[in-house]
Amino acid sequence: MKKFLALLLAFVMTLALAACGGNDDNQNNNSSAPDGAQGDTQTPGNDQSGDAQTPGGSQPSGDAVTIKIGGIGPLTGDNAQYGTATYWGAEIAVEEINALNGPVRLEFNYQDDTGAADTAVSAYNTLKDWGAQVIYGCTTTTPCVAVASETYADRYFQLTPSASSPEVVNGKDNVFQMCFTDPYLGTAGADYLSENNLGTKYGVIYNNGDAYSTGIAEAFLEEAKAKGMEVVATQTYPDDTTTDYTVQLNACKDAGADVVFLPIYYTPASLILSQAKQMSYAPLFIGGDGMDGMLDMDGFDKSLAEGLLLMTPFSAGAEDERTKSFVEKYQADHGILPNQFAADGYDCMYAIYEACSQIDGLADMDHAQLCDALAALFGGGGFAVDGLTGSGMTWKDTGEISKSPLIFRVENGAYVGA
Amino acid sequence: MSFLNNVITGISLGSIYAIIALGYTMVYGIAKMLNFAHGDVIMVGAYMVFFAAGRFGLPSVVGVLLAVVVCTVLGVVIERLAYKPLRQAPSLAVLITAIGVSYFLQNGAQILWGAATKRFTPVVEGTLELVPGQLGISYVAILSVVCCIAVMAALTLFTTRTRMGKAMRACSEDKAAAQLMGINVDATISSTFAIGSALAAVAGVLMCSAYPVLSPTTGSMPGIRAFTAAVFGGIGSIPGALLGGILLGIIETFAKAYISTDLSDAVVFAVLIVVLLVKPTGLMGRYVPEKV
Repeated sequence: MKKFLALLLAFVMTLALAACGGNDDNQNNNSSAPDGAQGDTQTPGNDQSGDAQTPGGSQPSGDAVTIKIGGIGPLTGDNAQYGTATYWGAEIAVEEINALNGPVRLEFNYQDDTGAADTAVSAYNTLKDWGAQVIYGCTTTTPCVAVASETYADRYFQLTPSASSPEVVNGKDNVFQMCFTDPYLGTAGADYLSENNLGTKYGVIYNNGDAYSTGIAEAFLEEAKAKGMEVVATQTYPDDTTTDYTVQLNACKDAGADVVFLPIYYTPASLILSQAKQMSYAPLFIGGDGMDGMLDMDGFDKSLAEGLLLMTPFSAGAEDERTKSFVEKYQADHGILPNQFAADGYDCMYAIYEACSQIDGLADMDHAQLCDALAALFGGGGFAVDGLTGSGMTWKDTGEISKSPLIFRVENGAYVGA
Repeated sequence: MSFLNNVITGISLGSIYAIIALGYTMVYGIAKMLNFAHGDVIMVGAYMVFFAAGRFGLPSVVGVLLAVVVCTVLGVVIERLAYKPLRQAPSLAVLITAIGVSYFLQNGAQILWGAATKRFTPVVEGTLELVPGQLGISYVAILSVVCCIAVMAALTLFTTRTRMGKAMRACSEDKAAAQLMGINVDATISSTFAIGSALAAVAGVLMCSAYPVLSPTTGSMPGIRAFTAAVFGGIGSIPGALLGGILLGIIETFAKAYISTDLSDAVVFAVLIVVLLVKPTGLMGRYVPEKV
């Protein structure tokens, strides 16, 4: 009996580990995502899904080239919410693209990196064995830096939806970003506040254990200094599992800050907003793209975010057709609204698709040739993509994107242009 | 004024650590094992209340009761499946198993309820204004301090006055001898887990009412902090857990406010190291010599 229980335990543990490792099939089951995004795209007979939308495309396009895209991001662990968003967003784009019956088809395989650098590199190796030609990811900065140095050495083209540190692209001609770099967002935030004469004394609360948050905060502080803005309180906290921000808020309040800049993710931000309310402190709060998603938190009291400013390239409430259809599909599949991570992921797939469509002799290229061709195209400056997070998006040869942030204000629980 | 504010913040934070630490210390004191999955049982309890009260609109009292029942059952099942087969195994094996159970619960919660953060609707809301606009103490903080003291008193009475409590202390001192005296060791340890997990449910409700976000990893970091608090106060000692928790909360808050927000964790752990150097069993721990 003891032996049996021990075996059962071992079995249960294996399952737990499998859930950590998050291989593909698992994830599909977990997320109840529709099948067909992965693995099915090689066979030309699988075009039926797209036939409804494209009546002319019923013949299997025999000369279509299939590009294998290996995605990496956290599907489990603390950052799982961001990784699953980049995964699901990209998945929708892949389905749409394959339904187009264009010259290029995409095959998509997404691996879990749990938000850790070493796991990300193992995930990358798994994807290489699978035959990936292009790497999509990672979601968060630290693993992305680790994978980027591998892809640079191995010559794989890499496009990250959301790893926003300059470290990610620095000195690597093969790595490109779909999101803003952190310093860019920090500078833009300070400029916006000073140009619009918002506030007289500024406070900053950021996560100094996180490259994203620190990157934005440092650029903000530098630009604020240059613009002669009076920053009265700079407060930090060590990681996003921190729950109590009363001390940091008290410091801002005591220093008389009437604007508090929060370059942080929405989970800690939601706690800060509710704790500020508890201590009757009501400055103007302004945040970056990491704040997007707060309004859609299950059970969130939207009145807490009233008046909040945020700089983000994407709003799920936007009225254009493409955003609407994306939001509809995303909600139908997963029951929640997409955030900017999902939108960036979606745009990544279209960027890869459109770039590949412009390359001659795609069929005969190996991953290294493809990497050089794509890098030349993205870095050349002439290649522009329209997406959910911007239109006419181009890239600098450093790998950074050029698109402008939209500034939204939260009013009556929804984004409005500010 | 800001000093008083910091004291209040420290006590509020500390009372949450303390109520989690009570569960840790209870299980450690009796079963002599570190149940690292304790933090994740807390998370499960909080999800139960979230769904019962937030989703299905049941009164929060019903939600809390449901959480207590579910967590108790969960605790007993975990003990039966994961820890009982390892009763004779080295303590390291049990420790690793506990970490495994912790990951199992986290990933299970993610599969069932998704990775996205949810906002928990506090069971008690509002702030008691002592000096309007300047000094206030939230009702949740008052409630958690009251709960801590009540739980501590109840546990102390239970372990010293009841038959089951005596059996628990006997098991804690010497399992083999307790068995020879006619105590059902397995049942005793199971009930220890049942009590520990019921406490976890209460802790989960209080924690998520004080800091109203909920995700599958919500329990892990406070769990580790509370473990630190339990060691600080003397692991195995019930009043020690309360003292350790409150002190940890106050030290952390003061370090943030008066030293640096960058260094608060370093300060907390430096204090812990100093305490353990001076008093290796923690503030209120008892030194029990090993007889051979």
